Amino acid sequence: MKKYFDIIVIGAGHAGIEASVCTAKMGFKVGLFTMDLNAIGRMSCNPAIGGTAKGHLVREIDALGGIMGQIADKTGIQFKMLNTSKGPAVWSPRCQSDKNMYSIEAANMIKDLKEIDIVQGVVNELIIEEAEKSNQKYKFSIKGVKTENNSFYFCESVIITSGTFLNAVMHTGKSRLEGGRIGEKSATGLSECMRTLGFETGRLKTGTPPRLDKNTIDFGKTETQNGDEIPKPFSHKIYNNFPYQKQVDCYLTHTNEQTHAILRTGFEDSPMFTGRIKGIGPRYCPSIEDKISRFSDKPRHQIFLEPETLDGDSIYMNGFSTSLPFDVQQKAANTIVGLEKVKLIKQGYAVEYDFFPTHQIYLTLESKLVSGLFTAGQINGTSGYEEAAAQGLIAGINAGLKLKNEEPFILKRSESYIGVLIDDLINKCPEEPYRMFTSCAEYRLVLRQDNADIRLMKYGYKFGLIEKDLIEKLDVKINLINEGIKYFETNTISPKIVNDYLQSKNSSELSQNEFLSNLIKRNEIKLSDLIEMDAFKENELLNIIKKDPETVNQIEIEIKYKGYIERQNEHIRNFENNENIKIPSDFKFEKIKSLSAEALEKLKAVKPASIGQAMRIAGVRPSDISAIMIYMRG
Amino acid sequence: MNFSLTDTIAAVSTPPGEGGIAVIRISGKNAFVITQLIFSKTKDMFTKINLNQEKSHTIHFGYLISDNSVIDEVLLSVFKNPHSYTGEDVIEISSHGGTYVSGKILQLILNNGARLAEPGEFTKRAFLNGRIDLSQAEAVADLIKSKTETAHTASIRQLEGSLSEFVKKNRQKIIDVTSLVELELDFADEGLEFVKKDEVKKMIINICKDIKKIIDSYIAGKVIREGVNLVIAGKPNSGKSSLFNFLLKSDRAIVSTVAGTTRDYLEESIIINGIMFNLTDTAGLRSSDDFIESEGIHRSRKKISQADLIVYLIDSSMNKKDITDEIEFFNKNFDVNKSFALMSKSDLKKNEIKHSLPEISLLDEPSVENLKNLLVQKSISVSSVSANEITITNHRHKLCLENTIKSLTDAVNTIDKNLSGEFISVDLRNAMTHLGEITGEVTNDEILNNIFRNFCIGK
Repeated sequence: MKKYFDIIVIGAGHAGIEASVCTAKMGFKVGLFTMDLNAIGRMSCNPAIGGTAKGHLVREIDALGGIMGQIADKTGIQFKMLNTSKGPAVWSPRCQSDKNMYSIEAANMIKDLKEIDIVQGVVNELIIEEAEKSNQKYKFSIKGVKTENNSFYFCESVIITSGTFLNAVMHTGKSRLEGGRIGEKSATGLSECMRTLGFETGRLKTGTPPRLDKNTIDFGKTETQNGDEIPKPFSHKIYNNFPYQKQVDCYLTHTNEQTHAILRTGFEDSPMFTGRIKGIGPRYCPSIEDKISRFSDKPRHQIFLEPETLDGDSIYMNGFSTSLPFDVQQKAANTIVGLEKVKLIKQGYAVEYDFFPTHQIYLTLESKLVSGLFTAGQINGTSGYEEAAAQGLIAGINAGLKLKNEEPFILKRSESYIGVLIDDLINKCPEEPYRMFTSCAEYRLVLRQDNADIRLMKYGYKFGLIEKDLIEKLDVKINLINEGIKYFETNTISPKIVNDYLQSKNSSELSQNEFLSNLIKRNEIKLSDLIEMDAFKENELLNIIKKDPETVNQIEIEIKYKGYIERQNEHIRNFENNENIKIPSDFKFEKIKSLSAEALEKLKAVKPASIGQAMRIAGVRPSDISAIMIYMRG
Repeated sequence: MNFSLTDTIAAVSTPPGEGGIAVIRISGKNAFVITQLIFSKTKDMFTKINLNQEKSHTIHFGYLISDNSVIDEVLLSVFKNPHSYTGEDVIEISSHGGTYVSGKILQLILNNGARLAEPGEFTKRAFLNGRIDLSQAEAVADLIKSKTETAHTASIRQLEGSLSEFVKKNRQKIIDVTSLVELELDFADEGLEFVKKDEVKKMIINICKDIKKIIDSYIAGKVIREGVNLVIAGKPNSGKSSLFNFLLKSDRAIVSTVAGTTRDYLEESIIINGIMFNLTDTAGLRSSDDFIESEGIHRSRKKISQADLIVYLIDSSMNKKDITDEIEFFNKNFDVNKSFALMSKSDLKKNEIKHSLPEISLLDEPSVENLKNLLVQKSISVSSVSANEITITNHRHKLCLENTIKSLTDAVNTIDKNLSGEFISVDLRNAMTHLGEITGEVTNDEILNNIFRNFCIGK
C-alpha cells in the first residue's frame, strides 16, 4: 500500500495536534499518525493546562492560531489566574481540565479538518534520500515513513512528536516495563533508524504520581482550593460570555515525618537511587523521594488533590511523583491527613525515553541532517504540554513555509516566550527536561499574557491561522490603546474635579492641575475606577474605551509601568543589535584558532545565525565572541 | 582594521634605548618555525634546534644567524601553547641591549615570516585566547604604563585577579538576591517561605556599600596611576612660581615640561615618597591687574576644580589686614578636604599674626621637608590608599561599578514603591549586567540554577 501526504505528523499528543492543525489550515494534506486512536491529546500527567509561564505559552499559541487554548477553555473545570498579588507581567492563567473531555475535544477539532487523515500505526522507519548536490545544507532529505506493518507513506515533510514513547521504559520499584504510558506500548525502531542516519540520542526521565480513588478520601480534613469566581478564558476568540464547564474544587494536604519514614523504606528498591534509571529527570519536578532525600530538613511537603475529570473517581496526587514500589506508595499515602483510607487506582511511575539533543536542529525545529524533517516536544528534551504544543505549532508553521518556499518563522526572545523557549533549547541544549519559567524570559515585563495578541496575532494572520475578523478587532483595539495613552498623557485634571475622588482612594490630593497619566501611575489608583468619574461622562473616547476592559487594562499597564517598560525596551534594542550582526551560514569557525575547543565544538554544532545567538550558546565565552567579531571585521 | 589571529607576530618587548639586554617576543603558530630558521646552537656551523622536541619553559643558549654571519649571542625562552602569556607558542629572545641590535633581530624575524605586532597585541591575544579576562587585560595595559611603585603594585594586584574576584563575589550576591525575589514569581504555589522585602532591601544595601568602597578607591586608583593633580594657587606674588620651581629642582622631574593649553599655567610631574604629583602653577595670572574679572581666573578655577589637592599660598610679607582677608577668602572658597593654605615667605613676615597655618620659607630646609610631608599625608588622605585593599585604576571599571550601584539603588526604590518582584528583578538583572561588563560575563541560567540548588521546588 502506498499513500501520499504533504506532511506527516508522528504522534497525536499536544505537539502533534498543533502541528497537524496548523499545517492543515495552511492548506496541506496531513497524515496524523498515532499508536492509539483514543489517545489523541491525552494528558499523560497532571490534568492542568497553563500555570506560571506556561499560561503565557498557551496565550501565545492561541494568538498565533493554535488550538490548545480553545480545547482548555471548553474542558476547564477550574480556572485560576496565578500570581494576581504581583504585577501584571507574571500573572499566569491556569485551568484544570477534564482529561477525558480534553482528549475528545482535541479529536473532534482534528476530525473537523478534512485535510487531516488520522492513521493508526507505529512508524518505525523514515524513508530518506541523499540530498541533492545543490543543497549543501543537508545530507539527506525526507521522502516518507514506514509503519510496523510495512505500509509506506510518502510525503514532503515529517514532523516527529513522539513524546515519551521512543524506546520508553516505565519503572516502579524493581519492576521494569516497556511502554510510554501505563497500558500503552513503547515505540521501537524509529530511534534506531535515526541513529543509523547519524542522529545522536540521549535518555531523559520523567515521572508521574499515583491516582487516587475519590471515594476513599476524607476531603473534610483537607484545605479547599477554589478557582476564580469568574473564569477567564485562554482563547482570544472568546470575548463575551465565556461558556465554561461546571467548576470544581481542588484540595491541599501535606506529607509528614511518618510519610517520609515509610518512603525511605523503599529507597533500596528505588530505580532512581539504585541507578537503574540512567535518564536525567527535571529538577523542578522532582519525585517525592528526591525531595525528602535532598531537603531532609523539611518536615512536610504539599500534596494537591486534583480531580482528573468532572464526574469520575480519579484524583491526581500532585506533589507525589514517585517510582518507589507500589506497596510503599500505598502505605505512605495512607499516612497523609485525609488519605488515611485512600486507595490507589493507578501507581506512580517513572518513565525513561529517547530524546534528540537539540544541537541537531535549527531554530525552525528542522533537522540539520535531513531536509524536511522536524521534531517538536519531548523528543527535543522539553517537558510539559504547553512547551510541546508551542513547538508543534512552530514546527508545523515552518514545515508549511518550507513547502511554500517562504522565509522561515523564528520568534525572537524579545517578542515571545515561545521565542525564549526555542532559543534556549537550541543554544543551551539543556541536559534535563526543559520547562518554561518566567525567569527564563529576560524581557518579562513586555511579554505578558495580556498582550499576547498584540505581540503575535499578526503572524498567525499572515500564515492563515487567524481569521480576518479577529485581526480587525485587534487593530481597533491597538488604535484605541494608543489613543487612550496619548489622551491621558496630554490631558490634565484640576484639583477641584479630582480631589474628592483622590480622598476616597486615600491618595494625596492635588494643589494644582496634574496630568492624568501621573495619577494613573499612583499605586492606589485604578484606571477602570478613575474613568468612571462624573467628569468623564461626556468624554467620547473614554466611553468607547470603557466598553472593553482589556483595552483599559493595556492602557493602565503601559502608563503605570512606563519607566520599567522603557528600560526594558532599551535592553531589547541592545539585544536586537547583536541579533542583527549576522554570521554567514557557511562561516568557518575552525579558522579562528583562538576559540576554545569547547566553544568551537558548540559553535560548529549550533551554527548560530547571529552574534547575539552565539553569545547565548552554553560554553561560548565572552573572549570567543570578541574573537569572532574581530575575525569577521578583519 | 586588518587583524588576524592566525599569523605570527613579533616585537621588541623591552623599552627603547640603551640597556643591558633586550627581549624580543614572537608569538603565534609559526613562532617555533621562524626561530628555527635563524637560531643556531653552535657558532661555526648552523646547528638547528628542534623546538617541538624541547620542553616548555626552558632556556637555550645559541646564536642568531643572518646571511651566514652571527648577529648576536642570545638566550631563547620557549613557551608552548597554551602555557604562555598569549596562549600561543611563544619564543622570547634575550639579546644584547641597544636599539641597533634589537632592531636588527626584529627585522630578521619579520623577514622570516612574522608580522610586527600592533601595540597591545600580545595582550589582546592573551585575552582572545582566554588566558586573561577583560579586567586583567586592562591591568596589563595599566601595568605597562605605570610610572610609580604604587601604580605597579595596584596593577599587579588587578592582574592577579583581585578585581575579577571581587566582581565574581558580588555578582554571586546579586544572583542570590535575585533568586530570592524571582522564587516567588515562578513558584508562588510551592508552599515555600518567601523572604521579606525588608530583608531583600538590606541585602541590596549591603552589596551597594561594598561596591561603593571600591568606587571610592578609584580616586586612590587614579592617584596611583595618573598621580595627584596638585595645584599651587594664590594671589600674584604669593610665591607660587618660586615654590613650583623649587619643588621641581629638588625632586626628579620624570615628565618633560608640557606646555599648558594656554600660557596661563605650567604642568610638571614630580615624585615625592613614591607618589607622583602633577604640579600646576597658575603662573599666568600674575600679570593680570583685574584679578577677579580676568579671563585667566576661569582657567585657573577650572584647574582648581579638577585638582585633587590645592596648596593656597598666602604671602607672609603682606600687612595684617590683607593676610586676614586672604585667610578668610581661602576659608570661604576652598574645600578643606582637598586643600590647605600655606604661609609663604615666612622669612619675610612683618607682623605677628595669630594663625594655625603651616609656614614655609624656601630658604629654610626643614620647612620645605615639612611641606613635602604634608603633601604626601594629604594625598594619602584624599586617596585613602591602603596596601591591602582592591583599588580600581581604570575609568571603564569605575563607570561599570557606578552603573551597578545605580541599578541597585533603582531596585531599592522599586521595593520602596511597593512594586512586586518582577520589577525589582529588572533592576537587579541590570545591576548584574553592569557588574558583569567588567569581566565580560553574561547571565541567564544562573538564577534558576541557584533556585533549584537552594529550594525544594516541585509540587
